[in-house]
Amino acid sequence: MISEIILQAMVTGLMMGLIYALIAAGLSLIFGLMDIVNFAHGEHLMLSMFSSFWLWSLFGLDPIFSIPITILLMAFCGVLTHYFLIRYILKAKMLIQICATFGLSIFIRSIAQFLWTPDFRNIDKPLLEGRLEISGMFIGQPQLIASLVCLVAFILLYLFVTKTETGLALQATAQDRHAAEILGIPSDKMFAIGWAIGLGCVGVAGGMMANYFFIFTDVGINFALFAFVAVALGGFGSIIGCLYAGIIIGLVESLGGLLIDPSFKLLYVFAIYLLVVIFRPQGLFGRY
Amino acid sequence: MKILSVENLSRSFGGIKANNDISFEVTEGTILGVIGPNGAGKSTLFDLITGYTKTDNGKVSFFNKDISGLSPDKISSLGIGRTFQKLKPFADQTLLENVMIGSFVKEDNIKKARDKALEIIDFVDLIEKRHHFARELSTGQRKRLEMARAMAIEPKLLLMDEVTGGVDQKTIPGLVELIKKLKKSGVTIITIEHNINIIMEISDNILALDQGKRIAYGTPKEIQQNEEVIDSYLGTVDAT
Repeated sequence: MISEIILQAMVTGLMMGLIYALIAAGLSLIFGLMDIVNFAHGEHLMLSMFSSFWLWSLFGLDPIFSIPITILLMAFCGVLTHYFLIRYILKAKMLIQICATFGLSIFIRSIAQFLWTPDFRNIDKPLLEGRLEISGMFIGQPQLIASLVCLVAFILLYLFVTKTETGLALQATAQDRHAAEILGIPSDKMFAIGWAIGLGCVGVAGGMMANYFFIFTDVGINFALFAFVAVALGGFGSIIGCLYAGIIIGLVESLGGLLIDPSFKLLYVFAIYLLVVIFRPQGLFGRY
Repeated sequence: MKILSVENLSRSFGGIKANNDISFEVTEGTILGVIGPNGAGKSTLFDLITGYTKTDNGKVSFFNKDISGLSPDKISSLGIGRTFQKLKPFADQTLLENVMIGSFVKEDNIKKARDKALEIIDFVDLIEKRHHFARELSTGQRKRLEMARAMAIEPKLLLMDEVTGGVDQKTIPGLVELIKKLKKSGVTIITIEHNINIIMEISDNILALDQGKRIAYGTPKEIQQNEEVIDSYLGTVDAT
């Protein structure tokens, strides 16, 4: 019986971990490319969940069908973020860069609260609902599909970055933008693509989570914090590191909650962050 | 035919004139050597030609087309390649990937870009190292990597910044042969070199700089006899 409960907690943790991993991958991609931390990542996640919600509420589109639209909207949001904010602070001091994306996070959250109020919303009767029973374990169907979609998106992201022309160009720009420019790679365009992909990842995760999570203007905060932990644990700039780190965080959160005390779930995750910062600041797969 | 024309190029950093009113021309198919003591403005000149640094004044023309003010990626796409004095390989990528990235300037198909990259890697004699990460290569091999990567964009003009600098003596003849091989393949070259014997051996013309200014331009023989160059760079033998 105890082993079944632990197994159940592990599956739940693994499913959450895959979502954290994709959110963190978006954050890591942007950081790896231009050394800028997107402190508005949680707010971008919130926007993607609201995108799913409004597409359902206004047009009756189920999140599973509206997800391509949400991804495109978020990618477009990424391009706008780059061209209207980030490109102006690329050469600025780190403090200015931090203030810019942190300011963006406050701006997005405030606008969202103004437009949509801080009320909690949810998507009523989505196509994905209910739970499956597998070998005595109960797995929420929307959670399972969300995690599988995130895993597929993660694999596609990895293949894109490592196997395609644009992916190799992104990697080259991330390592040395000046050397890449000399080889005909326009860094400005690469940065815009990086933001589009980074927020596209958030679009996938947020769009899928809209199926089963309450949607409200502060929903992204904890996810963003977990994404920061995942990026630090996986190694800044390492996409594959995010996968392992996301899964570790999901498992720690779930098993810690089960075996010790669920009230301190966040504490276990941030304890990992502290340990990483102290003992392996470059993370598991980091370059720094 | 004139491939590059530099007219009255100037650039200052603070109060220091790194390049001061420099003019010269390069003929297609030749090697122009650039010499000068440390701080003469040689690398700045490369930065200005490749768009890496913006000019204060002056004009750079490539095949009679004004390229001043263009971004480095646009200049590269026109056919101007470059290697760096301080090497800039993509350390976390393999040698093959490094060169493939350059190939994409002219080739969209990933397989064709790969084949072309392999051909170039073979040209620079590093085919056995093609799957090694750039960080695993020796300095001499990284210099070849940079040359291969620059060649991959199919440059008509290649700017090489101290290709033989910082490598052991045994590696230098191979690199010099590679420069000659490149010239034979039709690439016009501008090369910065500190090794005066090499520059005299490979150059058709030499541009001498000192404190940001052009002090001489001519054939290696003319440069060897130029008193200003002798004073500021080649040095004099005290007869007493």
